Amino acid sequence: MPVSDRILEVNDLSVEFSTYGGNVKAVRGVSFSVIRGETLAIVGESGCGKSVTVQAIMGLIPMPPGRITGGSAKLNGHELLGLEAKEANQFRGIQIGMIFQDPMTSLNPTMTIGDQIAETLMVHRGKSHKEASEQAVDLLEKTHIPEARMRVKQYPFEFSGGMLQRAMIAQSLACNPSILIADEPTTALDVTIQSQILELMAELQRTENMSIILITHDLAVVARMADRVAVMYAGQIVEMGSVDDIFYESSHPYTLGLKSAMPSNIGDRDKKLMPIAGSPPDLFSPPQGCGYFARCPYAMHLCEERQPEEFVVQGRQDHRSRCWLQHQDAPKVDALHQNNADRSHVD
Amino acid sequence: MLIETVQLKKHFTLGRGQILHAVDGVSIAIEENEILGLVGESGSGKSTFGKALIGLHARTSGEAFYNGELLPARFSPKDHLHYSRELQMIFQDPYSSLNPRMTVLEIIGEGLRIQGQHSKSQIRDQVADWLSKVGLHADHMSRYPHEFSGGQRQRIGIARAMIIGPKFVVCDEPISALDVSVQAQIINLLEELKQSMGLTLLFIAHDLSMVRYVSDRMAVMYLGTLVETGPADDVFFEPKHPYTQLLIESNPEPDPKLERTRPHIPIKGEITSPINMKPGCRFADRCPKVMEHCKTVTPAVTSLSDNHTVSCHLYQ
Repeated sequence: MPVSDRILEVNDLSVEFSTYGGNVKAVRGVSFSVIRGETLAIVGESGCGKSVTVQAIMGLIPMPPGRITGGSAKLNGHELLGLEAKEANQFRGIQIGMIFQDPMTSLNPTMTIGDQIAETLMVHRGKSHKEASEQAVDLLEKTHIPEARMRVKQYPFEFSGGMLQRAMIAQSLACNPSILIADEPTTALDVTIQSQILELMAELQRTENMSIILITHDLAVVARMADRVAVMYAGQIVEMGSVDDIFYESSHPYTLGLKSAMPSNIGDRDKKLMPIAGSPPDLFSPPQGCGYFARCPYAMHLCEERQPEEFVVQGRQDHRSRCWLQHQDAPKVDALHQNNADRSHVD
Repeated sequence: MLIETVQLKKHFTLGRGQILHAVDGVSIAIEENEILGLVGESGSGKSTFGKALIGLHARTSGEAFYNGELLPARFSPKDHLHYSRELQMIFQDPYSSLNPRMTVLEIIGEGLRIQGQHSKSQIRDQVADWLSKVGLHADHMSRYPHEFSGGQRQRIGIARAMIIGPKFVVCDEPISALDVSVQAQIINLLEELKQSMGLTLLFIAHDLSMVRYVSDRMAVMYLGTLVETGPADDVFFEPKHPYTQLLIESNPEPDPKLERTRPHIPIKGEITSPINMKPGCRFADRCPKVMEHCKTVTPAVTSLSDNHTVSCHLYQ
């Protein structure tokens, strides 16, 4: 991919939080880039560091207790990390928009929806209240909120969860961002409303030519929305590749574990779900070796002692995996191939 | 039939003459040893129905039978004592459903203590036994809920429901607050317990793929009424009611190739308010196949084949 197409480049990002119990190493050397117009999904379970990663990029980590201990995040070549609030505001809300999991607590309950959207335009674009309010109506219409002119005068409690998420998307689009970060945007919503919001995001991505970073724990949402996927575990990206690589050529045991833990509607219903035994490592003192070592069915001695490097999978530069099994001298694990084969009959 | 309801209704009075029709005439039977999955959106009344079944809500009208025996509409403390041996519940939120001031021993042992037929040491032994059955450790007994993760708390909630040896358990979204890898652990645990104890389960959830995986039969609820019931695979793969069809179309699959080929036509609008309902099909205002009489006439239940029923004018 040409370098100019990468609008966001994150390199070796590390974030820690100081607590009474010590320092939590929440993000441990995360690197990825976002290409213009694509959807990158960051998938992982609670506590894997996916939200902290994007909060660091947005300058939303409270410091203290948080601390960015290393790395860089460049938006079109401009460094985002370590900016003063004033400088950061030239990027966040303008070039990068963000929506959150719980729209009810992310919007101000004492302001009308219209004023909250207008505020963005007044602060960032210097518009008058009148102009900004007028544009707020257009933005709500763009996100398909019926009777937008009446709706702008209402307060968040008068909106349903799905409508609030639309309003939040409208607000994040106010300054035509080139990237929209969506942190679990549909987790709190019903499946029918989830479908509406995902469809809206896909539509806006086409019309506005935005990139989307979608943070989620739901592999089904990933399958529907993503072009590329980063799988996170214990503060690191353990596997990264195209959506097809991740689903049909999974190369990291954790990715496979996640897939086997979910019911598949194509397969046999009598097939037992395979939970991942144990729980994620303690990030106060992260393990010396691979973070997944203790839960991995294919763990080797080496895995306990040394952090796996990032390996290119099957010679495909875009598909990378942090697993010693990808080393050329590693034993071949049939289970990896078997598990992928189970799914390939849907072709 | 272990459990049967006939036109069960639960209405809440809101004041100013407004009535919320949370459950509005649900008739269903659950056979012994069966897992019935109940799906529907938030506000469809599925949790209220589950609670009304085991006496946590007083019924407004209709009947509910356990083993052929009519359950009281409003449980007295004596009824609770009697029926809690047979009917139990596992709750959605493992954080708010455990008392933070009680130890695990007190939480799990409380049911036995209230029944009053066991000594303290017997209770302690049984709690220890149950902790290991649900994959925890007897040492955990003296700890408090905040010392456990979400998945572990849900195991405590399961032990609390099971220790008394119930026949019928309402599982109200037992996994929706949990991570994917932990969900599978809890589902497998429930299935094991169902086998070993011969349980009958009402499994309430909004995750359609999980309900299809877990359940023998599936029931779909919309605004307080059942729109479709049938064997889980029939309902999932050949849904008849327009609402079920749209619900299943909205459900994404963890399979990118499949997702690229299937149409994404989201269902229009949102679930309406169950306050002061009028007659007619509840789904009429969102239904793509709506007909004139749908808006005024409530559809009756139609039997399509073995065990597959639908409440829709298209099939009458």
